[in-house]
Amino acid sequence: MKTVISVIGKDTVGIISKVSAVCAECNVNIIDITQSVLQDMFVMVMLTEISDLNCSFSDFSDKMKKLGESIGTDIRVMHEDIFNSMHRI
Amino acid sequence: MLNLNDIIETINMIESENLDIRTVTMGISLLDCCDSDAKTACDKIYNKITRLAGNLVKTGCDIEREYGIPIINKRISVTPIAMVAAASGGDPVMFAKTLQRAADATGVNFIGGYSALVHKGFSAGDRELIESIPEAMSVTENICSSVNIGSTKSGINMDAVKLMGQIIRKTAAATADRDCIGCAKLVALCNAPEDNPFMAGAFHGVGEPDCVINVGVSGPGVVRAALKKCPDGDLGEVAEIIKRTAFKITRMGQLVGAEASKRLGVPFGIVDLSLAPTPAVGDSVAHILEEMGLECCGIHGTTAALAMLNDAVKKGGVMASSAVGGLSGAFIPVTEDAGMIDAARSGDLIIEKLEAMTAVCSVGLDMIVIPGDTPAEVISAIIADEAAIGMVNSKTTAVRVIPAIGKKQGEELEFGGLLGTGPVMAVNLNKSPKKFIDRAGRIPAPLQSLKN
Repeated sequence: MKTVISVIGKDTVGIISKVSAVCAECNVNIIDITQSVLQDMFVMVMLTEISDLNCSFSDFSDKMKKLGESIGTDIRVMHEDIFNSMHRI
Repeated sequence: MLNLNDIIETINMIESENLDIRTVTMGISLLDCCDSDAKTACDKIYNKITRLAGNLVKTGCDIEREYGIPIINKRISVTPIAMVAAASGGDPVMFAKTLQRAADATGVNFIGGYSALVHKGFSAGDRELIESIPEAMSVTENICSSVNIGSTKSGINMDAVKLMGQIIRKTAAATADRDCIGCAKLVALCNAPEDNPFMAGAFHGVGEPDCVINVGVSGPGVVRAALKKCPDGDLGEVAEIIKRTAFKITRMGQLVGAEASKRLGVPFGIVDLSLAPTPAVGDSVAHILEEMGLECCGIHGTTAALAMLNDAVKKGGVMASSAVGGLSGAFIPVTEDAGMIDAARSGDLIIEKLEAMTAVCSVGLDMIVIPGDTPAEVISAIIADEAAIGMVNSKTTAVRVIPAIGKKQGEELEFGGLLGTGPVMAVNLNKSPKKFIDRAGRIPAPLQSLKN
């Protein structure tokens, strides 16, 4: 299963490193990363493969959420299909 | 890789524009639970519902977490209880209590289907069930009741219309100590759909499969936010924006419905393409109409704006889903819509205008608080008017009015949660329709019914 990890908020040093560290800790493979500044917001999106996740999905999601809170950004983990179904025919 | 803007758009819709799946409703047939002994029938009903829907809430929560999209309600609709209760006879309230136990055991927030279909006449069990509604609504918390009193094919059963006026008053009186909330869970319908996932009118039609998953989407806030980006476009552009937004919302509903159906091992029924408001600010259908350019919902121009909104929602949604059904259209429940509550308070929105609006949208006079001294025959006449609009236009119409026992115009009822709050609206009580309602009988089906 592929998920999209989105990081939205203030740009700070080391965001990608911290998010990647949680991914590695949970055995999540990063497939693609893209980032940009949109509407004055730092936006980073990571496409990941979580088939070999070593914890439950909600644990992984909670870890990312907590990380987000600690660095002042919103981090969400969402199934890729929600974006595919909404924006692609 | 997905487009960054698309991802941000989706997240914004969910975070700041209140996009959600309003309900995942499991339809369960209870026809195989009929028994000559009422107690046995109730046991069968409880067992079947808890067996099939035991994982409904958990599955909904799992999907919610994985996809990051809120699913507000997990609900169940069942075969109209009048049919099941007819086999055993006895007090139908026993069945309502059984459904309540099943609702508690499964954790769903509503079970719909304490219903009778009497659009042409009463059969065994129907009258008993209708007469038991006030008690059933007062002794249960999470059970919804509906009565289909008319259809395009069969006309309007005015005996049932007359009876429903009395039943609505009695239900209000039976729950007067709880802001008459019983009436918020009771609806009289014309042309009731068999696959509607929305309460209070949801029931599982007899032509449906044994068990099915239906999904109702929401998203008035998303439509409004999209329109805000086009303050000066002409109405053609406005329609186009609504269509595009409805498409996206519905695709999400389709995805969630298909996923829920796969995980629960139950066939996927329909997506109900509805714009369902909530009392939360930013989740209002009235505010969409105001965004289109009306100073306030309810003034002249409202019907035209609503007609366009309703049509564009369907056009956008229909391509996004494998099967569309239910009510599918914009809802205008007064107490559940922040913009309508304000318009009703200010007097800009009146019942007569709401009636006109129901001719061009789903569903009908919905969640309207009326004076506590409104006589039963006036409520019946309101139902008859609304049913006539549905019957002639081959659409679903409904009446869910709440007589505010002991309260007058200007006072308010507060239900809390999604049911919201609302002022008592004026009803024309100067002259009486009593003689017309007392004639009873049946209004014959219109020429529109002869389509073969």
